[in-house]
Amino acid sequence: MKKLDLLMTGVGGQGIILASNILGEAALAVGYDVKKTDTLGMAQRGGSVISHVRIARKVYSPLIKEGEADILLAFEKLEAARWSYFLKPGGIAIVNNLSQPPLSVNLGNERYPSDEEITKILKQGTDRIYFVNGSSCATKLGDIRTLNMFMLGCVSLFMPLKVSIWKDSTAQHLPPNIQKINTIAFKLGRKEIRSVHLRKGSPTPSRTVVD
Amino acid sequence: MIKLLSGNEALAWGAYHAGVRVGAAYPGTPSTEILETLSSFDDIYTEWSTNEKVAMEVALGAAYSGVRSLVSMKQVGLNVASDPFMAASITGINAGMVVISADDPGIHSSQNEQDNRHYAKLAKVAMLEPSDSQEAYEFVACAFDLSEQFDTPVLVRTTTRISHAKSPVKLNRRRPKPVTGLGFKHEAGKYVMLPVHARIRHPLIEERLVKLKSYAETSPLNQVFWGERRLGIITSGVAYQYAREVFPRASFLKLGMSYPIPKNLIHDFSSQVDKLIVIEELDPFLEENIQAMGIEVAGKEFIPRAGELNPSIIEAASQCAGLLEKTSPQPKLEITSELPKRPPLLCPGCPHTGLFFILSSLGQRSKLPGAKDKTLREPKLVITGDIGCYTLGALPPHSAMDTTACMGASIGQALGIEKAGVRDKVVAVIGDSTFLHAGITGLVNAVYNQGQITLIILDNGTTAMTGHQDHPGTGISARGKKTKAVELESLVRGIGVSDVKVVDAFNLKALRTSLRSALESSELSVIIVRGDCPIHVRKRSEPRVINTDKCNQCGICLLLGCPAIQNDNGHLLVNPMLCTGQSCTICQQLCPQQAIGPQSKIMDRVLK
Repeated sequence: MKKLDLLMTGVGGQGIILASNILGEAALAVGYDVKKTDTLGMAQRGGSVISHVRIARKVYSPLIKEGEADILLAFEKLEAARWSYFLKPGGIAIVNNLSQPPLSVNLGNERYPSDEEITKILKQGTDRIYFVNGSSCATKLGDIRTLNMFMLGCVSLFMPLKVSIWKDSTAQHLPPNIQKINTIAFKLGRKEIRSVHLRKGSPTPSRTVVD
Repeated sequence: MIKLLSGNEALAWGAYHAGVRVGAAYPGTPSTEILETLSSFDDIYTEWSTNEKVAMEVALGAAYSGVRSLVSMKQVGLNVASDPFMAASITGINAGMVVISADDPGIHSSQNEQDNRHYAKLAKVAMLEPSDSQEAYEFVACAFDLSEQFDTPVLVRTTTRISHAKSPVKLNRRRPKPVTGLGFKHEAGKYVMLPVHARIRHPLIEERLVKLKSYAETSPLNQVFWGERRLGIITSGVAYQYAREVFPRASFLKLGMSYPIPKNLIHDFSSQVDKLIVIEELDPFLEENIQAMGIEVAGKEFIPRAGELNPSIIEAASQCAGLLEKTSPQPKLEITSELPKRPPLLCPGCPHTGLFFILSSLGQRSKLPGAKDKTLREPKLVITGDIGCYTLGALPPHSAMDTTACMGASIGQALGIEKAGVRDKVVAVIGDSTFLHAGITGLVNAVYNQGQITLIILDNGTTAMTGHQDHPGTGISARGKKTKAVELESLVRGIGVSDVKVVDAFNLKALRTSLRSALESSELSVIIVRGDCPIHVRKRSEPRVINTDKCNQCGICLLLGCPAIQNDNGHLLVNPMLCTGQSCTICQQLCPQQAIGPQSKIMDRVLK
């Protein structure tokens, strides 16, 4: 792997920053240089959240250049569309099937884009779009907060890191009593990508991201 | 040991391994985690100070006493602390003192984007700028050494992308054993800044600056990376990282010590390259210093002065300036401007929601979403605001804040507006932590000068916006230990306010009544609106539900701006994942149809 630039997006409170920490430390554990940075600020309060994770032998800028992200990992559909211009042509977009309308939409001042519009925006840059049912899987599991591990499970199939590395990094960040449910969420994420999306004739994913 | 650390964590580790014994700060994005990390270590005294000025004075006192000390703050914090900072410069120190200023280019969470590098020049002290977490770790240790070597406080300046970016750090130092036999040094000529002493100190400060300049020439903090000689780039901080990425083949002079700058080194570097440019964030600080040396250099004529930089911006600017060949432009995606924005909101269960709803309705700031006539009436009241989560009360649907300037400004501004003869009643809104930080003196002033303003102190029992740090009102120390708590109502009464009310933040009726009576009163009144921050106390219970049989979709609940209340194609619902339940119930109290209640009751009624 020469380099992997990953942009994670979503809404404040979805566990994106914890997920990007786990991801960054997993990559560090196998010897890569890693830089990651989040927009925090007032984002705890339901604002749009972005986390840049950059992995390579040597990383300079902590921020990804527009149009150069290899993967867009979006926890919410509107946020996927909003930040899609960061994705490189032909990059991978993994999008959680969740619409969380912002206040302006609830007040009737603005309109939430339709699924077709969101897909159209994403398709301007890439055909490799994977919609995943992370929120419903996490809710079924009994804890919506496992969504971030589900999403990491999804993206793990596109990264050359062994499952055991992911497991170690996760163990460092989560208290023991919730590790089991989060491990299940991670596996469900992997399963979702494998069974639903890769059957369509794509090769094994882990080598396809970076050439 | 290699760890993935944020710049702030690395600064704290670096200071700890450099033997720092006293750390003080007031929370402020992006600096907060420095003191939080420092407070997690043993064998060190740390505190949340009332404000940055006090924090600086605490650190200075420790440094006078032969103990290494650190004080950290956000960029505007150094404005508050600038008085003791200037004093620290002229008195010098006895043991190392490091001042960390974390600037916020891009204004992610601030009221301005001032460039604090100017403070190094103003105070005539050395300034270091790390460009990643490893350097943050190492530079802090170096800053302590320089501080002692040159008898000066040292400014370490970071920005959001240094403080809040993680990168690997080799933690290869060990904390030294404490030096024994120290004490306060009785040296009036150095520490008592009477004019007669200060006049003697000033030339010493000038001499110190000359010595620092000569140190900068050979300091390992400044590094040259030779590439092609066609283009030489002088840069510092995170801008170095962006520039390296955009110009992989150029030659670089990276200034780890960006004040005072090394003249000979810069002359030497510039004479060996065909073209010299400076890439720096915000002001042309290095550029103007280099120009003053008579060297031809370009920078801000193509690199933006405002906003945070990133590689894309530098690349585009350099292409326009002819420094880079234009790449074939990628087909511009026709997107994002039309997508609905997602600004931050007051959280579900926020104790500020009810108060801002009342202020908004008394102040005629909002209308029902379904109203035919969308134009708003002339707003009533003048509402001066302050710095905290509650500044979001300025945004729709509340639109109930008319000013926000800096910490504590709401009270002084309110009095000024009243004294200017404005007819509307003036209300000042300030948080508990902000009131203790810089509001008390404003209130003393309002009492003394017979103001008639209404002051609302939003007491949510924490410094919420920066991530729930304790403050003098909470009775818990920076290290999580119980301590004395300042009681706001006693404090306010002690200042001389007789009309003081404490109101439950989650009782709409009480909020409305008390605010009305305060507005009618011709004397200065203070309302303390008390309610816990839900994110802080993590209390959740049975979420509310909207009974669709009773709901007539009037939409008044949407005017609360609660993220849990959502509009699904005209049907209003409460998102059970977001609602905090019994601890709030504001929407339940508000609903004219009484269509909102706890799940069990509503479902019962529906079944019957």
